Amino acid sequence: MNPIMQAPTIEYGTLAPMLLVFGAAVLGVLVEAFAPRYLRKVMQVPLTLVSLGGAFALVLVQVIMRGAPTEAVAMGAVAVDGPSLFIWGVILVLSFVCVLLVNDEGHFVASAAAVPGSADEEEAEAAGGAHTEIYPLLLFAVGGMMLFPAAHDLLTMFVGLEVMSLPLYLMCGLARRRRLLSQESSMKYFLLGAFSSAFFLYGTAMLYGYAGTVSLPGINKALAGGALLDPLLLIGFAMLGVGLLFKIGAAPFQAWKPDVYQGAPTPITALMASGTLVAAMGAVLRVFWVGLGNLDWNWRPVMWAVAALTMIVGAVLAITQTDIKRMLAYSSIAHAGFLLIGVMATFDKSQQNAGSLSAILFYLLVYSFTTVGAFAIVTMVRDPGGEAGHLSRWAGLGKRSPLLAGVFAFFLLAFAGIPLTSGFFGKYAVFAAALASGSESGDSLGGWMTGLVVLGVVASAVAAFFYVRVIVLMFFSEPAADGPSIAEPSMGTVAVIAVAALVTVGVGIFPQPMLDVAHQAAANLFIR
Amino acid sequence: MESPVEIVQHTAGGVIGVSWLMIAFPLLGAAILLILGRKTDRWGHLLGVAMSLASFVVAVLAFVELLGLSAEQRRQAVHLYEFIPGMADMGLLIDPLSISFALLITGVGSLIHIYSIGYMSHDPDRRRFFSYLNLFVAAMLLLVLADNYVGLFIGWEGVGLASYLLIGFWQFKPSAAVAAKKAFVVNRVGDFGLLVGMFIMWSATGTFAFAELSEKAGSLSQPMVTAIGLLLLLGACGKSAQLPLQSWLLDAMEGPTPVSALIHAATMVTAGVYLVVRSGAFFFPEGSAQALAVAIVGAATLLAGAIIGCAKDDIKKGLAGSTMSQIGYMMLGAGLGPAGYAFAIGHLITHGFFKADMFLGAGSVMHGMNDEVDMRKYGALRKYMPITFVTFIIGYLAIIGFPLLSGYFTKDGIIETAVEHNQVLGWLAVIGAGITGFYMSRMIFMTFFGEKRWAEDAHPHESPTVMTVPLIVLSIGSIFLGGYLILSNRLMLWLAPAVGRPEELPTFHFASTPGLATLALVAVGAVYAWMKYGRAEVPAVQPRGSFLTTFARRDLYGDALNESLFMRPGQWLTRIAVFFDNRGIDGVVNGLAAGIGGTSGRLRRIQTGFARTYALSILIGAALLTGALLLVGNI
Repeated sequence: MNPIMQAPTIEYGTLAPMLLVFGAAVLGVLVEAFAPRYLRKVMQVPLTLVSLGGAFALVLVQVIMRGAPTEAVAMGAVAVDGPSLFIWGVILVLSFVCVLLVNDEGHFVASAAAVPGSADEEEAEAAGGAHTEIYPLLLFAVGGMMLFPAAHDLLTMFVGLEVMSLPLYLMCGLARRRRLLSQESSMKYFLLGAFSSAFFLYGTAMLYGYAGTVSLPGINKALAGGALLDPLLLIGFAMLGVGLLFKIGAAPFQAWKPDVYQGAPTPITALMASGTLVAAMGAVLRVFWVGLGNLDWNWRPVMWAVAALTMIVGAVLAITQTDIKRMLAYSSIAHAGFLLIGVMATFDKSQQNAGSLSAILFYLLVYSFTTVGAFAIVTMVRDPGGEAGHLSRWAGLGKRSPLLAGVFAFFLLAFAGIPLTSGFFGKYAVFAAALASGSESGDSLGGWMTGLVVLGVVASAVAAFFYVRVIVLMFFSEPAADGPSIAEPSMGTVAVIAVAALVTVGVGIFPQPMLDVAHQAAANLFIR
Repeated sequence: MESPVEIVQHTAGGVIGVSWLMIAFPLLGAAILLILGRKTDRWGHLLGVAMSLASFVVAVLAFVELLGLSAEQRRQAVHLYEFIPGMADMGLLIDPLSISFALLITGVGSLIHIYSIGYMSHDPDRRRFFSYLNLFVAAMLLLVLADNYVGLFIGWEGVGLASYLLIGFWQFKPSAAVAAKKAFVVNRVGDFGLLVGMFIMWSATGTFAFAELSEKAGSLSQPMVTAIGLLLLLGACGKSAQLPLQSWLLDAMEGPTPVSALIHAATMVTAGVYLVVRSGAFFFPEGSAQALAVAIVGAATLLAGAIIGCAKDDIKKGLAGSTMSQIGYMMLGAGLGPAGYAFAIGHLITHGFFKADMFLGAGSVMHGMNDEVDMRKYGALRKYMPITFVTFIIGYLAIIGFPLLSGYFTKDGIIETAVEHNQVLGWLAVIGAGITGFYMSRMIFMTFFGEKRWAEDAHPHESPTVMTVPLIVLSIGSIFLGGYLILSNRLMLWLAPAVGRPEELPTFHFASTPGLATLALVAVGAVYAWMKYGRAEVPAVQPRGSFLTTFARRDLYGDALNESLFMRPGQWLTRIAVFFDNRGIDGVVNGLAAGIGGTSGRLRRIQTGFARTYALSILIGAALLTGALLLVGNI
């Protein structure tokens, strides 16, 4: 040990996108503190959009000018490698798009502190306006989403996880309509999130006990030499897994998802369903492939069961849902299951692993864009009391608003993975990778992988049922006489839907450019 | 005999290089009219005509350019783009055969487009009509211009689609909808033959291109060639309404009359003849089984069509029977090898003129008679529609083979060649010509001569100029075209680079034995028709007639045969399949769906809404995960 404390080196250039987002968030807090109320929104919106856009530009500059670094930065705490940069790019675009949704009037409560139904609330409503704190909160969450999958050691990862989650807990409770539901969802998310974070932290501690380090490659190195059946390792690993699987909503840790998705303001749901999932998937990949890469003969069978259960629970439970947001939540659970199939598609050769990784990255990209588009449409179909969540209210929408219903139908088909939509190629890529890994000689799962893919296809078929059911409802049912109104969309919402539809169609018809980008990002795998 | 010359790749620019414009113009027209829909109602018909005319201009320019080339250079292949990688490239073949068809399709097609402006002027859907017509022209041109069977097949299906849409154009009439469906279904049989033929072709030679196929066909085994030839013939029978797939054509007359003229007389139904002539390599040598089959089908159909024509009171169905019969002549000619090709194509071209002339004439009559089609309710119309009358008479004289008119030369050419090659078939064709003399004369006498037998509200009048001008142009073609093409073998020499020709050029005999016999029989037929329908009174109600008449009226029981042999067993088959589907397959599927739904209903109760339950499930999950990992680790 060197007795003299040395200042850590921070590669500011490499970390610039993340630092920009965090910096803007801090600035946003200052704006909230010092700017007069009527100026806040005018200042916050450009600040948020410019910082997200700028961060995306920085990611692009980094990719084009320098390529991904091959060493972890910030004293080995953060790995800005190809997959990280890809995920950052996706998250930044998604959050930019979600800000456009957030920006729309009417989603957020005027005064979150007012008791629902009280005189305070009425007063705040009458005064107009909404919490502009939502913008810095969102930026902090996005910063966390960037740090989470890029963390190179477990403690940094935990910090990322919390920075991402805490603002989300708050934002979930800020819905303007159905405030009790919203506050309930916020509370549940917070309690369960804290619970799962504790598991994560506990697992980290156990792994430190086993490996003597929290660095992911360090743990992997310890695995290569040490005892593999050490209970310390296995329990630690299981606890870590609980924390991560909770975030992606894999069964049996999925219970929070429908409740939270339903209660949260829809723009925040869109951000959670896309950004959080992408970030958490990135973290799962990094932990399982880098930190526990040498243990894959052990975790893959367990993950097999988790993936299978997740797909079944997601697809089967979605069938009886009557709320559109809950249905999309279960659909998100099923998709998490499909993604887990990809996580298990590991090979002995790193080149083939790159193939699986690019398939997952591609899937994340196409799924998250379609999701944001779908939730954006949900924000537009409104009853007098807020969004028309109940599915029966969607009956006959195709007759009254054919364009909107048509685009929504298209998103649903993309979720179902119908050819000529992006969803088809996403699923195809992941399933193909899984099949290839199962047929690798000496694979510990072998034919089981084929079984899992078959299960995935069956789950897709079941899922297709409830997607198509909504389409049938929209186009072949008589519209209700007092049916919901279609909100006159703001430019922002139109832009969100247009971008999502464009990606879904574009990638569905010409997948190659995007596949190439994903391949390139995955080519060198993670930094080890 | 002389073989066709080799196909050369087109390199220089010129009109041939952009000959795809021929297809693109009408296709663009159809797309604009269909996509913009009602917005184009006011000028849609003009756009349709303009696109067809533009295509005609390109065809003429390409024709002129082709004329300027030496005989060895007259088969120009124009490569367009790679279509199905490793299987077929899309390209056009501009040679004397295809350009002749292109001129006929765009020329006669344009005239019919113009005529339709007047004929459809009262129809609210005139714009849609023109979009389908344009679609047809585009598909038909692709059919004849493609340099490979894949392109040909796409055009083949395209014209089938256009034909379906146009027969059923007045879909509010159940009869029209049924007729359209029938045409479609019967054509499927033929299309299937063509497809299987193409499959065999591909597996045997590995190519669909005409250029390579003509080289490779020689090295195929004889049974293989025969199989391909017979399958192609089946395809041709479907599209050209030849026995045994003839039954759809008579019903197809439910479509608007310009459709009958364009698609079901002048162009589409001749696609089968084109297919046989274009696939000459598979019908070689003449006298082979498959070539003989073509000739026999032709001879049988020309008789069947003529007999059906004798018994029809519906003027359009009479003409449809006649079309069947005349295509039978073309098929007969095409079955005789290079010696007959020129006459078959010649008859196809002249028939395109005089039959379109007569169909449009019939349309003009109907236009003046409140869309009445029953000839028993016509009579004495010559004074009221003089232009229609004169042009119809010219078409009539041409089709019965009145000396020196178009049909005389081309039909006589087929008959004489047939008698030379095969006495039996040849003399059957002579008899067919005699019957033609009878039924066509019957039509003339019933329509234009005799007493008025009109319905009470009929006020016959001559049609507007936009309809009569095409009639006049077509009748001029019906007079002179045949002599021009056949005398001094102009057509044969022109087509020789594409289809080959016999070593010795035939000379046209004005007084050969079969020729004179034909003329005598036609005269007998015409006189008999005059005695029965010109001099005697025509009963306004159809008389019972002998069993032979009934036989002919019922289309030789073709429909009854199809119905009992195919339709009823087919219906039984579908019923059995539906039963099995309902009870067997659906039972399993529905049971499965109900099972999943039930599971879902039960499982959702776990979702209690209490955070403590969720936390418990996480705890249980964590325990399971740990347990599983420990277990797997210790196995």
